[in-house]
Amino acid sequence: MDRKVDVAVIGGGPAGLAAALKAHEAGARQVLVMERDSYPGGILQQCIHNGFGLHYFGEELTGPEYAQRFVDQVEHTDGIEVMLDTMVLSVSPDRVVTAVGKAGLITVQAGAVVLAMGCRERTRGALGIAGTRPAGVYTAGCAQRLVNMEGMMPGRRVVVLGSGDIGLIMARRMVWEGAKVEMVCELMPYSSGLNRNIVQCLEDNGIPLYFNTTVVEIHGQERVEGVTVAEVDPATRAPKMETARFVPCDTLLLSVGLIPENELTKGTGADMDPVTSGAVVDAARQTTAEGIFACGNVLHVHDLVDNVSREAAIAGENAAKYALGKLNKAETVRVMAQGGVRYVVPQRLVKGEGKAELYFRVGAAFKPARLTISCAERVLVSKKKLVMTPGEMEKAEIDLSQVDGDVTVRVEEG
Amino acid sequence: MKKEFVCIACPVGCRLTVWDEGGEVKVAGNTCPRGKAYGVQEFTAPMRTVTSSAPVKHGDQAMCSVKTDAPVPKDKVPDVLRAIRMIQIKAPVKVGECVLRDVAGTGANVVATRRVRDKKR
Repeated sequence: MDRKVDVAVIGGGPAGLAAALKAHEAGARQVLVMERDSYPGGILQQCIHNGFGLHYFGEELTGPEYAQRFVDQVEHTDGIEVMLDTMVLSVSPDRVVTAVGKAGLITVQAGAVVLAMGCRERTRGALGIAGTRPAGVYTAGCAQRLVNMEGMMPGRRVVVLGSGDIGLIMARRMVWEGAKVEMVCELMPYSSGLNRNIVQCLEDNGIPLYFNTTVVEIHGQERVEGVTVAEVDPATRAPKMETARFVPCDTLLLSVGLIPENELTKGTGADMDPVTSGAVVDAARQTTAEGIFACGNVLHVHDLVDNVSREAAIAGENAAKYALGKLNKAETVRVMAQGGVRYVVPQRLVKGEGKAELYFRVGAAFKPARLTISCAERVLVSKKKLVMTPGEMEKAEIDLSQVDGDVTVRVEEG
Repeated sequence: MKKEFVCIACPVGCRLTVWDEGGEVKVAGNTCPRGKAYGVQEFTAPMRTVTSSAPVKHGDQAMCSVKTDAPVPKDKVPDVLRAIRMIQIKAPVKVGECVLRDVAGTGANVVATRRVRDKKR
């Protein structure tokens, strides 16, 4: 064993940095953050647009500014070390972290581990789009890094598939750097992106958005020469080939979903949630692998970094407590998604005192929505909301003293 | 003349109709005061904060992200982007440091939003 630390944090993005700070504040003396990039801050460094931090800092920041606030705090904290250019290869169930970095292979025995590896983008392979395999097909985030950080333009004439926020923001970014964006195609009848981005990214720049439309074929030998787009049947999502048309372009950007990056988590033996693709955690964000915690996009994909920072603080604080022997093992109850609810985090709760915040997402739009949280026959929360959409993470607080068995979270129309 | 907007203040996305009635700007379709304020602003003087990134000389990063330190009139956005493309930034740069004053005559400054250090450290 090369060294021992109280808390090892895997990933130096917004989740990892916030977890490290809170772990240190909660009493962990040696906190080690391992980051594979050569700069801390994670994906925020390429998200140069603004809109971050409204909830956490009460002001509107760009991604790099939001990241820098945490980087500055970490740099001024003696007990936190950030190891850059370091790729973690495995985390064992007994919390031995193996990594490779500038100094070669290292092993670290951690009192507690915080998993904060974030997520990655779904690629063309996950969609199975037909056609040739030319250059010019990028995920939106990859293009974002090239344009904003490396100063390179991935193409001149662009089609974007997927109208999530990253797709919308990259559509504007490409126009602002001189490209022509032909269209944004969205498979679903609605966008999961914010209205603000539809207005300020697409409408402001005259970019058309086609719902119930997808890319069915990619053309070109060396480089993309165009794509075939077609409308889909709103019920089955099957392309209607009679609507197919050729759109000339040299670049296809994909913004078609994010997947938590959990290869390391699986090696710890922690139970996984098939819906979130992240670990199953309790309210302390502890996985079923003891002493191993998870937070941020590796746990479930967030839409606001502000929520990532909050969740990471919970994980960091409890990781420190565990490392110091102050987090007792307790029996848990299950939290279950019902009706329109797709998933709830945390998936487990420890019975007892105090409050717990439940984060959840619906699978379809509800206008208006009725939320009911109950424990057996007892209703803990019942409230109405004007609208709930799949793109917006919802939050509700429950009183733990009312919980004596499994909890269900339900959303229905009304 | 009546104009239509989708409100961006929250996820509800109210469809706003905004018009001038004898010098007074009227908003219909909103469900809250924030929607009214957005409708009036968008009708009378739409403003946008511009964010972009510019190359850095001698930096430990190739690019430095930047923004206007105040929203600029929407129709000035292309001029602002053109001016940002001409910026030559020299490392080191701190977050918040001004890299271009009074961009395109808008009164707003372009400031760095990321730290770029000198290449040799």
